[in-house]
Amino acid sequence: MSPLRRLVGLVLPHWRGVLLATALGAATVLSSVGLMAASAFIIAAAALHPSIAELEVAIVGVRFFGISRGVFRYGERLVSHDLTFRILARLRVWFYTAIEPLAPARLGGARSGDLLARAISDVEALEELFVRAFAPPLVALGVAAVTAGFLSRYHPELAAAYLAFFALGGVAAPLVMRRLSRGVGPRQRALAAEIHQAVVESVQGLPDLLACGAEGAAVERVAVLGNELAAAQTRMGRIDALDAASGTLVANLGTWCLLVLAVPMVRAARFDGVSLAVLTLAALASFEAVQTLPAAAQYLEGQLAAARRLLEIADADPAVTDPAEPLPLSEVSDASPVRISGLCFAYPGSPAPALDGIDLELRAGGSLALVGPSGAGKSTLAALLLRFWEGWEGRIELWGHDIRRYRQEDVRRALGMVSQSTHLFAASVRDNLLLARPDASDAELWAALERGRLAAFVAGLQDGLDTWIGEQGLQLSGGQRQRLALARALLAGPPLLLLDEPTANLDAVTEREVLSAIHEATAGRSTLTITHRLVAMERFDEIVVLDRGRIVARGRHHELLEAGGLYARLWSLQHGQLLEEPLPPAHPGGEEVRK
Amino acid sequence: MHVDAKLLRLTAPGRPRLVLAVALGVGAGLATVAAAYELSGIVARVFLDGATLAAVMPLVVRLAAAIVLRAALTWAGEATAALFAIGVKTGLRNRLAAHLVRLGPVAATGERTGELSTILVDGIEALDTYLRRYLPQLALAALIPLMVAALVLARDLLSGIVLLATAPAIPILMILIGKAAESKSRRQWQALARMGAHFLDVLQGLTALKILGRSREQAKVIQRITDRFRQATMGVLRVAFLSALALEMMATISTAVVAVEVGLRLLYGHLAFREAFFVLLLAPEFYLPLRLLGSRFHAGLAGVNAAARILDILETPVPVRTRGDRSAEVGAKPVIRFEDVAFAYPGRGRPADTPAPFAVQGIGFELEPGCTVAVVGPTGAGKSTIAHLLLRFADPTAGRITADGVTFEELSPERWRERIAWVPQRPYLFAGTVADNVRLARPGASDAEVEAAVRAAQAGQLIHELPSGLQTQIGERGVRLSGGQAQRLALARAFLKDAPILVLDEATSHLDPELEARLREATERLVEGRSALVIAHRLATVRRADTILVLEQGRIADRGSHDQLAARSGPYRRLLAASGVAA
Repeated sequence: MSPLRRLVGLVLPHWRGVLLATALGAATVLSSVGLMAASAFIIAAAALHPSIAELEVAIVGVRFFGISRGVFRYGERLVSHDLTFRILARLRVWFYTAIEPLAPARLGGARSGDLLARAISDVEALEELFVRAFAPPLVALGVAAVTAGFLSRYHPELAAAYLAFFALGGVAAPLVMRRLSRGVGPRQRALAAEIHQAVVESVQGLPDLLACGAEGAAVERVAVLGNELAAAQTRMGRIDALDAASGTLVANLGTWCLLVLAVPMVRAARFDGVSLAVLTLAALASFEAVQTLPAAAQYLEGQLAAARRLLEIADADPAVTDPAEPLPLSEVSDASPVRISGLCFAYPGSPAPALDGIDLELRAGGSLALVGPSGAGKSTLAALLLRFWEGWEGRIELWGHDIRRYRQEDVRRALGMVSQSTHLFAASVRDNLLLARPDASDAELWAALERGRLAAFVAGLQDGLDTWIGEQGLQLSGGQRQRLALARALLAGPPLLLLDEPTANLDAVTEREVLSAIHEATAGRSTLTITHRLVAMERFDEIVVLDRGRIVARGRHHELLEAGGLYARLWSLQHGQLLEEPLPPAHPGGEEVRK
Repeated sequence: MHVDAKLLRLTAPGRPRLVLAVALGVGAGLATVAAAYELSGIVARVFLDGATLAAVMPLVVRLAAAIVLRAALTWAGEATAALFAIGVKTGLRNRLAAHLVRLGPVAATGERTGELSTILVDGIEALDTYLRRYLPQLALAALIPLMVAALVLARDLLSGIVLLATAPAIPILMILIGKAAESKSRRQWQALARMGAHFLDVLQGLTALKILGRSREQAKVIQRITDRFRQATMGVLRVAFLSALALEMMATISTAVVAVEVGLRLLYGHLAFREAFFVLLLAPEFYLPLRLLGSRFHAGLAGVNAAARILDILETPVPVRTRGDRSAEVGAKPVIRFEDVAFAYPGRGRPADTPAPFAVQGIGFELEPGCTVAVVGPTGAGKSTIAHLLLRFADPTAGRITADGVTFEELSPERWRERIAWVPQRPYLFAGTVADNVRLARPGASDAEVEAAVRAAQAGQLIHELPSGLQTQIGERGVRLSGGQAQRLALARAFLKDAPILVLDEATSHLDPELEARLREATERLVEGRSALVIAHRLATVRRADTILVLEQGRIADRGSHDQLAARSGPYRRLLAASGVAA
């Protein structure tokens, strides 16, 4: 379907609001038309010195239109903004529902952040779809129809001439401007993007630039691009200026043309001189509705581009689909939670396999660690268990059954996961926990916090469970965030825990705290841990060492150390490192520094 | 009204264009008046005198001329205003970019880099509407109504008085409403912003929601929150839109008053028709500039806010002081001395009267030619600050640093940095090829030299890993390099620069034993024969250093060789113990 039809489809369900907003918008402009027409009538009629009674209706009209314009404008703004928000809700839900099955595999992996940021600005651009792009032409049509009807009462030729000028301003002028700006607009945007990149590079890479003595060149580059942009903007500025100029030109020339046509008609006694004054001013005022059309056409173009980009994302096929007759995963048997054999997987478009012939088994209640250098395939394995990717070969069984026979959502609920960058939502502690289990009672929340060793901290907060944790949970420390993520994962009572580098971004002291919370909470629970930090490795039943997608060794900690090999090298490497501990709590002279 | 004096100062270079834009706008206003005059003449003669089209033809032609002139002047005025805005923006952008570079990384650290780029790009563009639409309109809103009022006054005193009496109400209303909106609804807007951010939050957390098996239900939550957002916002808008209502009403009711007043006097023969019609035609034109100003009022506010942030940067003092240049007196491999050096980062968000806390204090050491000084210590102890001071990203707050006895402040920072190669933990990669990124260190280097430097940095294999070798595009739109790959590029830059002094911020390990060994070898060769200041993260590195400085809370807590320090029960031993290393 074309983007325009999709956009119309977003607005159409709200046709009542659309009609009301259009009617109010047209009534706003028509109030001005009425005001000028009635005023012209009063003045022209008064010049003939009639009795005041003959002016009374017109005087009432002038008063009415004087007030009604503001009222209509107010109503139009309220209705159209209400409509804007309703369309926005529809747009957001549509987009979310469309991309939900795509995440994360079809959302560009590492670049999903950029992709989403662009998508959100596109959604924002579409917010004003109705107000800026759809409403102006609708209002203009309404005003043109009423005014032309009014003029045709005097003479059809007048109405025809009027409509011709209306079309000139509303259709021809936007088309001409679009043609003129065809080359300049994209060039201006491209240059602006280039400047943005140059600036971001100069600021973020400033230390490197200074150290290399290249800062002058960077400033020069911003200046050169700035001059090119200025040249493009100047051309664009001249085209933009046509907007206002063509608006007044069309309105006044249109009125002029009506005047020239109407003067002989007065002479021919088709209508009187009073009407000449009335119709001239009415037409002049009605051209207000044309003035916004060139801008509306420009907006629509931008919005269509945004819609096209959104559709490109949303129309992708999901990476993973659910089986037609899913197996229930409510009752978990005693079978091994995870059994993998002969698993091979390569990311689409990548020649090298990310996983190559993996065999492993996690028994009920057991704990298994996957270790290895970055890029070994550890996180890929987790992604496959979470059903983020399809297209692997071999077998993955959960609790004795092929993982593909379950619904994705059921699998994920059965796997409690804590990763190095678990997303926390800009909401309260409670809301973040409830995501895992919406029906949990407060007592259960506190119990989960207790197991995550965060209960004492939350209890000490002024708002307790209702404390707002900030965007991405940034009001909490790194360790607190990970413990909250742990509590959230535990709250759902998952039969299998998946820990993906849960302490990767923490300093050594916090790492130990979080690890001890994890150890306590996972005792006796089936746990699969992915880590490249080799801390407290003795406690795992089995350690599987991955390198470039293959299992190169497996066994318990001391066995692997004795065997030498990659594990032993990783171990010694990690222990040849000076860790940057946070500042020790008390130190002589420390007080002085803090003063 | 919202003409911030400082903001006006920023526009000074473009002043003639602004004046021209306003003059053209006034010209367009005059053409409007002329058109109204001719129009009223035509209608009056046809209506009252029964004139033919031929009889009024001169007037008709003059009317057409006035109409075309008005459009032409409007176009020229708008185009000139655009030119004015573009000139000011371009000049400001260049000034800001130059100033930012002089402020150096000390001003632009961490999260502030994003904010600074935003100001430089979006902040400048936010001025556009202010400069192009608001500022000229501000002048026109004062001039055109005055001009129209003067003309009307000359022809009809009473109507002129009506216009003049109602005009001030519009700006006054605007100020009152603006102030009320600002103070009252700020908190409300904050709550709204929170709700508005929800959608972004959900999209960013989509994977997390999926992992929890709760992603499908979120569509309903989005619907609910957006509905709540709509209701709350409409509550605010119901009040905010009252300003639009009031502005529209002022203009239309005043026009209505003029029409009725003029009509009645006409009725009793106190006024000629033509005068009355002329006044009626001018009444909307009288209010139009004021209404336009009202509709651009918020754009004006946004411009003032953007300008405040731009000024904030331009007024930040440069942290490097230079007087004279005695670079010639410093040898190729100078002795560098830190003498009781202290440094405090320029504070932000700190009360003005409290002195900044020192990042480092009482730092004294000597870096002899060809020797290695290793700096170790906990996060936040001030290790990077010492490296920054040596690179002259800032000058000490107290104490001094000398090279061959010449104080840093008497050396040009650019020429000093020519002697230093810097290897950061995570170099910044610019959009371009791998070769471009290496060549940054020495723009004139030949392809062969670049390749030699890359090989010296043990990055030969890196070239094979990348699709088009040295010519591979990296950065935003190209291949993303891993931490280990970027590290090797940083080393290659240093090899290419071949400077006598080396500042090395050693990377924490990548847990790839082979790569680790190769990097260590390359680093060792780089350090050889050079004076090196190393922020050390590896035992192997500190063992080879001539002197180790142990930093704690900005001060040197201990110093000596590895063997000396490891033998003492001091901070160095604690550091080793915390890292799980047996001393």
